[in-house]
Amino acid sequence: MSGKTESLTGPILLMRGIGKQFPGVVALDGVDFRLLPGEVHALMGENGAGKSTLIKVLTGVYEIDAGTIELSGQQVAFSSPLAAQQAGISTVYQEVNLCTNLSVAENIFIGREPRRRGRIDWKRMRARASELLAGLGIDLDVSTPLSSHSLAVQQMVAIARAVDIEARVLILDEPTSSLDAGEVEQLFDVMRALKAQGIAILFVSHFLDQIYEIADRMTILRNGRLVGEYLTRELPQVELVAKMIGQVLADLEKLHGEARAFDEPLVQAQALGRAGAVEPFTLTIHEGEVVGLAGLLGSGRTEAARLLFGADHATGGQVVYGGEPAALRSPRAAMQRKIAFLSEDRKRDGLVPELTVRENIILALQATRGWTRPVPREQQDKLVAKYIAALKISPAHPEIPVRNLSGGNQQKVLLARWLILEPRLLILDEPTRGIDVGAKAEIQRLVVELSDGGVAVLFISAELEEVLRLSHKVGVLRDRRLVAVLPNDDELTTEALMETIARGGAR
Amino acid sequence: MRRLLWPLVILALLLLVNVVFTPNFLSIQMRDGHLYGSLIDILRFGAPLMLVSLGMTLVIATGGIDLSVGSVVAISGALACLQISQDAGVAWAVALALGLSVLLGAWNGFLVATVGIQPIIATLILMVAGRGLAQLITDGQIITIVNPAYKLIGGGYLLAVPFGILLVLAVLAVTAFLVRRLALGLLIEAVGGNAEASRLAGVRSKGIIIVVYAFAALCAGLAGLMISSNVSSADGNNAGLWIELDAILAVVIGGTSLLGGRFSLGGTILGALIIQTLTTTIYSIGVPPETTLLFKALVVTVVCLIQSPAFRAKVLGRRRRPPAPGPVPGEKVRVSA
Amino acid sequence: MSIATLPKATAATLTNPRYVPVLVTFGLFLAMFVAGGLRYEGFFSGQIILNAFIDNAFLLVVAVGMTFVILTGGIDLSVGSVVALSTMIAASLMAGPGWPPYVVVPLVLLIGATLGAVMGFIIHVFEIQPFIVTLAGMFLARGLCYTIGTDSIKIDDPTFTAFAQTQIDLFAGLWISPSVLIALAVVAVGAYVLHYTRLGRSVYAVGGSEQSALLMGLSVGRTKIAVYTISGFCSALGGVLLSFYMLSGYGLHAVGMELDAIAAVVIGGTLLTGGSGLLIGTVLGVLVLHLIQTIISFEGTLSSWWTKIFIGLLLFVFILLQRVFSMRRPRRSP
Repeated sequence: MSGKTESLTGPILLMRGIGKQFPGVVALDGVDFRLLPGEVHALMGENGAGKSTLIKVLTGVYEIDAGTIELSGQQVAFSSPLAAQQAGISTVYQEVNLCTNLSVAENIFIGREPRRRGRIDWKRMRARASELLAGLGIDLDVSTPLSSHSLAVQQMVAIARAVDIEARVLILDEPTSSLDAGEVEQLFDVMRALKAQGIAILFVSHFLDQIYEIADRMTILRNGRLVGEYLTRELPQVELVAKMIGQVLADLEKLHGEARAFDEPLVQAQALGRAGAVEPFTLTIHEGEVVGLAGLLGSGRTEAARLLFGADHATGGQVVYGGEPAALRSPRAAMQRKIAFLSEDRKRDGLVPELTVRENIILALQATRGWTRPVPREQQDKLVAKYIAALKISPAHPEIPVRNLSGGNQQKVLLARWLILEPRLLILDEPTRGIDVGAKAEIQRLVVELSDGGVAVLFISAELEEVLRLSHKVGVLRDRRLVAVLPNDDELTTEALMETIARGGAR
Repeated sequence: MRRLLWPLVILALLLLVNVVFTPNFLSIQMRDGHLYGSLIDILRFGAPLMLVSLGMTLVIATGGIDLSVGSVVAISGALACLQISQDAGVAWAVALALGLSVLLGAWNGFLVATVGIQPIIATLILMVAGRGLAQLITDGQIITIVNPAYKLIGGGYLLAVPFGILLVLAVLAVTAFLVRRLALGLLIEAVGGNAEASRLAGVRSKGIIIVVYAFAALCAGLAGLMISSNVSSADGNNAGLWIELDAILAVVIGGTSLLGGRFSLGGTILGALIIQTLTTTIYSIGVPPETTLLFKALVVTVVCLIQSPAFRAKVLGRRRRPPAPGPVPGEKVRVSA
Repeated sequence: MSIATLPKATAATLTNPRYVPVLVTFGLFLAMFVAGGLRYEGFFSGQIILNAFIDNAFLLVVAVGMTFVILTGGIDLSVGSVVALSTMIAASLMAGPGWPPYVVVPLVLLIGATLGAVMGFIIHVFEIQPFIVTLAGMFLARGLCYTIGTDSIKIDDPTFTAFAQTQIDLFAGLWISPSVLIALAVVAVGAYVLHYTRLGRSVYAVGGSEQSALLMGLSVGRTKIAVYTISGFCSALGGVLLSFYMLSGYGLHAVGMELDAIAAVVIGGTLLTGGSGLLIGTVLGVLVLHLIQTIISFEGTLSSWWTKIFIGLLLFVFILLQRVFSMRRPRRSP
């Protein structure tokens, strides 16, 4: 923790020793955080660093297990988001929490409408709304429904509402992730105006350039702990990336020592892209090759993977599979070509929690056969038993609901689901996140085995060390662009990767 | 199966009440080569509801609902009776009625799966228009027919057992075969349990949903034949009126969550039996039959409250572990009453 | 809607997406009316429109309550049964103990509102789907009817019948019943509440996004309980108006009226998913339903069941329009 700059006025928000636990997880452990009036403060960290938990604790969504929160020197404890709002802490989320069916003016004033003789004074409400938005440099017809405006305007309206409730602390949680460059500038203008009014702004974004443009100061979290608080201008981007990703203790032995020469290209992405998700990229994956994708959260790594699996529709470019163009219109189409995709969000995109381990494992295989051709029960049992043993899934019981398994074992169940299909390209999106060390090592070893057996693997991970250990070559993404594809030779180090992520170009 | 415990207890209690009021309630006799008895009557009169509920179970398991089954019951009965009254063969009449039912169900499924309309709204259309269609077929009249072969379906006996009961058993067997022997059940539960995960696992959910609605309509069509056959007439206006509500109720009592996912055919049969037994009980204990609806209201309320996670937490909270404030607020809570 | 905004609103009104569905319904209504007028002798009269109000005053009132519920994204299946229960209670209390109407009517309204409030409470507090809770309410109210009596009860209270048979003469031989005035008053009050009060705006907000409404500090629970209470009240009032119309109480009155009310609301342009719609649309929806019946009766060769088929078709068209409309909206999140 550094006290490099102490402004004349004290912090408006002071959080000390914040601790928060969930069953089996320590989400926050002794985190300190402060906000000064009139600053833009970036909260930085990768998946699982504790950013969203810290914000939820601050806005009254969760209660804290340890520590204190002071607002303007007064100790506070918020029981609900509403209580936090009334105390002057307003939050604007990426997914705008407004009612898009109502007019712009109403969204700013609902619940607090100006009234005259008991009835809502629409005229005054519209006038005040126009005024307020004009103050933020926005000119629009406030009687139009919010749904007729862009997401950027919706963000501004949310901010206008927050400001009008006399917010002293404004939390902007990934407000820019769906805005284009012009809209981001508009948002930044508003943020600067609010800053000048003395409002403290907590800003979360995955775009490093934006952080360096707007943030005065940043606090970095990693694995639920505080890494430190820094002035933005004093912390080079490379160091920021290093602090977010973590120190690499030693150069671990590479499981795939040298860049091999591969001759059979299996899948080629040719200028493949999707507007608003990932810029067109070109990448070749050979049989038996492990291609790592490195990049921070929100860099477009997941989006790129989803395009290769047909989970989203590409808006440009094409996929060439085995030398021929392949239209991947749906996951089914990809699966027919023996492409498998282990998704990042197990809960949302992977498991059917009510179903048993066996049912979850055979789901994809059964789906490819359709409901009229069931996988015979003996074959199911044999396959499931084989993979439970091979992946060491525990408890080794195929008939319990998958929801009762630990995260690591759930991940192995999903792996088994895809391995049964004997894929030729296996896309693994953060396969080792949130699981214990033992399971992690097993999954890494599995990747090597698959690769030796001729399976192509696209391996996505926030942990650069892991990417380096496993990959033959590494694609680096930054701000939704594939900025470099580097052969994993002796010269490629985690430092070099960080440098590429931070700088956004080839070394 | 623990989830069948509560429905079983309720059914047992209902039967017990009957035994207290009518001591020979459980006896089954052989008369004129036919089985007779109160239990047989419950099964016989409950047969159409059991059929409709079976189809409804699969629809609800996908996270949907089908309000139009009552109208399909009326349409199917009307069409079959019309054909028979115009001297068509029974087999042809039955085939035509069931074929039309399947078509109507596929239409529902198309609206839900392909057009993307909420199930409750999509099936409301056929619920309203279907009554009109049924009356259009019967020309607003009640078509009365005399046809022994057709009479068999709803009112006849085979090997001493009411044919309707055999039909339910056959449909139950076929359904069980489709969902548990073939893989339909697994895919339905996957779609209902987590639609996005199922899509990413390659499940063709559109096809599954259309099949399921078509199947529900087929069951309703069969129930329609049974009802019209039993009374030897087709009434487009009143046949199958409100049966969709009873069927939904039977499914919910049987432990299948309205949110979709895991379903239980056995539970649904139990649920339908409870509803039918309730009606019988009210007759047998001498309460005015008009009050059946009151008891139904009571049963719906109690069953839904027991299954409501919020009710458990708020009212029965002290007896359970406090819910863990896990970081997964969207997670569905298991219903296991 | 407000008079103050009318002059300058006209141009914007035609393009404002809020009014488009209502304008479509209005266009449909006009087209049907004109087509009917051209085709049938004696169709083109003011009394045809007034009859729509006279014959459907009760449905209009019930549909107003249903509009409130649907605007929050809920549904109320109990309305038909509550209407029947109200006629039953009113008739039995006036016929049996001979209670005067000015005691009976308020009591009936109170019972309806209470029933609605209880359903709203269960829906909100125990988080059970409105569909199921109001289904139970439907069974309950219908069951209570039959416990009061299974036969139709005639109403012969002199004050009540005198009021029911009053004709209010307008110009040129046109007339309406007092029920029409009551129904129109309910529409006016409802529209005022929806447009000019915080409760009304909360109704739209909850229908737009319950989650957002909660985060914006609106009391979602109170709003939800309020709309079911309003719907219960409107159903009870609809029951009173039906008693005027039928001069009897009967457990089989208003069977299936929930479907008519829902159809009127949807044809009136209200989104079944909630958050968008106007009461004036519901009025037009009721008129369109009536016009379908009138046209079919004028046609002579078409039988009454065509009404249901046409209503179903209209429902289909409007639901499809809603679907297309909602798909054209900008996406909310990536």
